[in-house]
Amino acid sequence: MSFEPKLLGFLCNWCSYAGADLAGVSRIQYPPNMRVIRVMCSGRIDPKFIVQALELGIDGVYVMGCHIGDCHYLEGNYEAVKKYEMTREFLKLVGLDNRIRLDWVSASEGVRFGEVVSKFVNDIKELGPSPLSGDSPDKDLINKVRAIRLAAGSNRMRALVGRERKITEEDNVYGEKYPLEKYKEIMSQAIIEEYERHRILIALEDESKSVKSLASELSVDPSIILEHILTLKGRAQVDFQEIIKNTPIYMRRE
Amino acid sequence: MEKVGAVMVVGAGIGGSQTSLDLADSGYKVYLIESSTSIGGVMAQLDKTFPTNDCAMCIVSPKLVETGRHQNIDLSINCVIEDVSGEAGNFIVKVRKKSLFINPDKCTGCGVCGRECPIEAIDIFNEKLAKYGATSVKYPQAVPLLYAINREVCIGCGICYGVCKAKAVEYDREDEVVDINVGAVVLSPGFDEFIPEEANLYGYGKYKNVVTSIEFERILSASGPYSGRVLRPSDGDIPEKVAFLQCIGSRDYSGVGKPYCSSVCCMYTAKEAVIAHEHMHQIKPTIFSMDVRAYGKDFDKYIIRAQKQYGVQYIRSRVSSIKEVPETKDLRLKYETQDGKIIEEDFHMVVLAVGLNPPDDAKYLAEKFGVELNQYDFAKTDLLNPVQTTKPGIFACGAFSSPKDIPDTVTQASAAAGCVNQLLYEKKGTLITEKSLPPEIFVRGQPPRIGVFICHCGINIGGFLDVPEVTRYAKTLPNVVMSDRNLYTCSADTQTIIKEKVQEYNLNRVIVASCTPRTHEPLFQETIREAGLNRYLFQMANIRDQCSWVHMNDWEAATNKAKDLVRMAVNKARQIEPIERIKLSVTPKALVVGGGISGMVAALNFASQEYETYLVEKEKELGGFAKHIYHTLEGADIQVYVKELIDKIKANKNIHVFTEAQMENIDGYIGNFKSSVIHGEKKERTEFSHGVVVVATGAKEYQPKEFLFGQNENVILQSEFERLLNETDQIKNKKSIVMIQCVGSRNDEHPYCSKMCCAEAIKNALLAKELNPDLEVTILFRDIRTYGFKEQYYRKAREAGVIFIQYDENNPPKINSDLKVEVLTPRNDKIYISTDWLVLSAGIYSDREENEELAKMLKIPLNDDSFFLEAHVKLRPVDFATEGVFIAGIAHCPKTIEDSISQANAAVSRACTILSKDEIEAEGKTARIDITRCIGCGMCIENCAYNAIELVDDRRFGTVASINQVLCKGCGACSGNCRCSAIDILGFTGEQIFEMITGRI
Ligand code: FES
Repeated sequence: MSFEPKLLGFLCNWCSYAGADLAGVSRIQYPPNMRVIRVMCSGRIDPKFIVQALELGIDGVYVMGCHIGDCHYLEGNYEAVKKYEMTREFLKLVGLDNRIRLDWVSASEGVRFGEVVSKFVNDIKELGPSPLSGDSPDKDLINKVRAIRLAAGSNRMRALVGRERKITEEDNVYGEKYPLEKYKEIMSQAIIEEYERHRILIALEDESKSVKSLASELSVDPSIILEHILTLKGRAQVDFQEIIKNTPIYMRRE
Repeated sequence: MEKVGAVMVVGAGIGGSQTSLDLADSGYKVYLIESSTSIGGVMAQLDKTFPTNDCAMCIVSPKLVETGRHQNIDLSINCVIEDVSGEAGNFIVKVRKKSLFINPDKCTGCGVCGRECPIEAIDIFNEKLAKYGATSVKYPQAVPLLYAINREVCIGCGICYGVCKAKAVEYDREDEVVDINVGAVVLSPGFDEFIPEEANLYGYGKYKNVVTSIEFERILSASGPYSGRVLRPSDGDIPEKVAFLQCIGSRDYSGVGKPYCSSVCCMYTAKEAVIAHEHMHQIKPTIFSMDVRAYGKDFDKYIIRAQKQYGVQYIRSRVSSIKEVPETKDLRLKYETQDGKIIEEDFHMVVLAVGLNPPDDAKYLAEKFGVELNQYDFAKTDLLNPVQTTKPGIFACGAFSSPKDIPDTVTQASAAAGCVNQLLYEKKGTLITEKSLPPEIFVRGQPPRIGVFICHCGINIGGFLDVPEVTRYAKTLPNVVMSDRNLYTCSADTQTIIKEKVQEYNLNRVIVASCTPRTHEPLFQETIREAGLNRYLFQMANIRDQCSWVHMNDWEAATNKAKDLVRMAVNKARQIEPIERIKLSVTPKALVVGGGISGMVAALNFASQEYETYLVEKEKELGGFAKHIYHTLEGADIQVYVKELIDKIKANKNIHVFTEAQMENIDGYIGNFKSSVIHGEKKERTEFSHGVVVVATGAKEYQPKEFLFGQNENVILQSEFERLLNETDQIKNKKSIVMIQCVGSRNDEHPYCSKMCCAEAIKNALLAKELNPDLEVTILFRDIRTYGFKEQYYRKAREAGVIFIQYDENNPPKINSDLKVEVLTPRNDKIYISTDWLVLSAGIYSDREENEELAKMLKIPLNDDSFFLEAHVKLRPVDFATEGVFIAGIAHCPKTIEDSISQANAAVSRACTILSKDEIEAEGKTARIDITRCIGCGMCIENCAYNAIELVDDRRFGTVASINQVLCKGCGACSGNCRCSAIDILGFTGEQIFEMITGRI
């Protein structure tokens, strides 16, 4: 039997969802792999939704909204782009970034809707099933994706992604436009840090560990793990437990 | 131009803070200008301090709090000096107060902004070992506790604006530029440490486990990033073998580092090694050093303790290379041992003892203030007055003029204040403000009417426990007539509310349940005093630092605990009574014991401020030991200087000199001493009263029993050699001179370094060489301790051909009657040198009997070596625990003439904080004796560290203890020990504490 991917689409009500309806009205035929979840605007699509879908074994996630400039709520899709980009950067860390896609489909693009969905189905077919699908998905990868979901939902990431447009396109609280380049750098740094930190938190769920064993488990330099442990201690999420030989052991704190 | 009674202090480290406190307490308005966002400087970064291993934060923080709150100190942080004009007595300084983007009047330091900030910046205070928000405070105990936005990393997202419940964030807040008119300036910008990364030294910056000593301080610190566990940065493991490398960036002629000795590294390294081992016993420290320069008071003892008690290993060698072992990230050190073997050894971690550089802004400050720098870019100062810069009216203290440790910095800080006093004394008290307060409402005997104010502290308390519930609960407690809650109880508007409520409800006891009394009690006490209540009718319940912040995850338990704490405070409040503070008049006269340089400098300083001064000298002539010294190593003419001092003293009508004099008796206490002196050939007796005492009795030169001294006339002391060089030309026909160092120092009898001998030997060696270039001069030494800038003369001597040979302390040089010297070198070679004169560098010692007599009269202690023991070795190096008594010069410990002069001026400054007042007010919370219970056993006298208790005869009860309310500090040691429970402490009475205990149940 050939591989039939399970896909999910998040469509905004006013353009993309209408476009999909138009495809139906026009009897456009396309593969049946995608299930659609309707939201009022693409700006509503929380990175957590996308990551959670992947975590549960969905093979691909499609995000669709109105064309830039056409959003029913004026700028929702601008926000969607920022969140989508951040999500993609996160997923790049585990090689799942090519399982998500963003497109603009208007209410009049029924034909195009059929085309892009078909293309997405084909592309994912080519990629093969998600490593997280099936009965016994890779546990390590699940934990990594979980870490991404938690990191993407953290206060810090939400603060950064939520203010990106205002700060880089209009002005910040000092009335200055912050250079996009520099903002991207800050974002990238934060993405890696929060990902690694949440991986540490997950790794400490079952048992307490040392910096070195976390480092080899996560394949991250131990000196960086140590820095993260300090930050997590500061956030009251991790605590020192004991010293075994010359090695301190840390535990998760509730 | 007319003089101004205000002073600017630039730099608010421990030095600047001390100067400010001294001056503010002596009646000057002080403008304390700090470039960073909080005060405390480097000392606040330290974990512990030697030799006592006290927690640095614990000892410095009360001083910083005092500085921050002082009525006469106007503290400005985040400042830049823009322009200076005027002259001694009247300067105008333009200061730019850079915006913090947070309104300092509104910020309560709660820290929510920092927690919510999405930016993570490198934490400089923690030496980059941790991260911090763009909105941050330097460290949790910072003074002032104000958050500031770091514009360099802030992206301007605006989140802090929203989360700040005190509405303190103001992004459009602008810099403020002010002109400040002052009579004098004290510069105390401190130092910057040498950064080995720029010099590419020893793999710093490349190898993770190579850290600097200041980074290591943060690693050691319990409040540091590693919570006081010693971990290595590469993998968080505890390093067992830790190597400390000395002289990084110091004593370095290659041009990479600095040529001078940084003075403090030997000791801080020993301390770091000891503390590291103390924190984690598995750590075995090894210290690589060239000389061990433990020249200060009790320093050598500390080094010995480090070796014997803590197993610190010393290797006399400079490490030639460091390589990282890639798999383990250990460090492979290559070095040569003293006997010439090349060794490679692996260590888990390496600490680089980095030297002290002049502050980065030294040149900028020097230019603005018009003062000169020396060849190393430190402030150039007077040869004999190390706090006097090249410009009159501008003084320097601390590491700005040369690398120095904390006690020397604190001494200089007071010395600078002492010199300011001399310049501006007529203007004392002209610019300070005194608050006028309403008369106190009489409440004694009235039933308690208690008001309770409960603080939300933004969300710091309100977010973790039920403040409205605690408020309701408080209302139900007996005698509580009102309870209210406030967003921030410490804010200015709440102070007004408290005052209104006191009137509205006729309150006669006030309780605030909020943060800690350690920082906030004085503020609230001030408020109720302004409302007409005695300031002791106040209680605090600590429901933040010790409740909401530590039980963040248990709403109910935290709420219950807060209720308990409030109930306990209410129980105590029912028992509290107003307390009167005793006031005492001050006799504005000084007694100086000892007429050497220190004593004379102190007397002249007092007298020039028109304080009548009694100067008591045991010899026939003034001058002390300095009469035997011709020049200092740096070239100051001591003979001329001493003569000038003596002339000035004789000409000064405010000074009464007693020679051939002995103190017969000193009675009384701070502000009110009565003394008698026996003086002159005829042993006359004179009585006088005075307010303070300066002890400047000096010490003695050791008279050796070793090396044929006294048996062979060509074996002479360094002082005699100096005389021969300066007064005769006998050196001309000599061929060879050998000097032996540490004679009578650093041995079992005198286990300390006499500090001056190395400099003296080098000074005389250089002079001898100059007078007779063919002369062979050999110096036999244990360590050459030419600390600080004296290092250059050590080098000069080597260049001039002076031969330095190290001898082993266990095998001192031998000498026969033909003056042939046999030395065993560290490489086990035997060397023989014939000499014409054998010059012994004899140490300094203190006569126990002589000192004990004075010590008893003044109730001050001596240390094991019979030198006088100061109140606190770090932060009170000039004071005694007995108030009103101060120490200056060699009677304290061996020190240079310059340092003695500094300490003399410092003693005067400390004394002026008393003499400048018409009356002194004693602490109110003091001990009281119930003489009906006292049996006069006298045990409490032993317990009292302040000599505040004595036995007196009572008409009715016979011998009973009596407490001097002025001297009592209210610690309660006597009360806790009293066999008949006859002593109680006002403010902490047994009854009050008992009520709190019942309140807990
Ligand atoms: S409504 Fe379609 S993107 Fe906003």
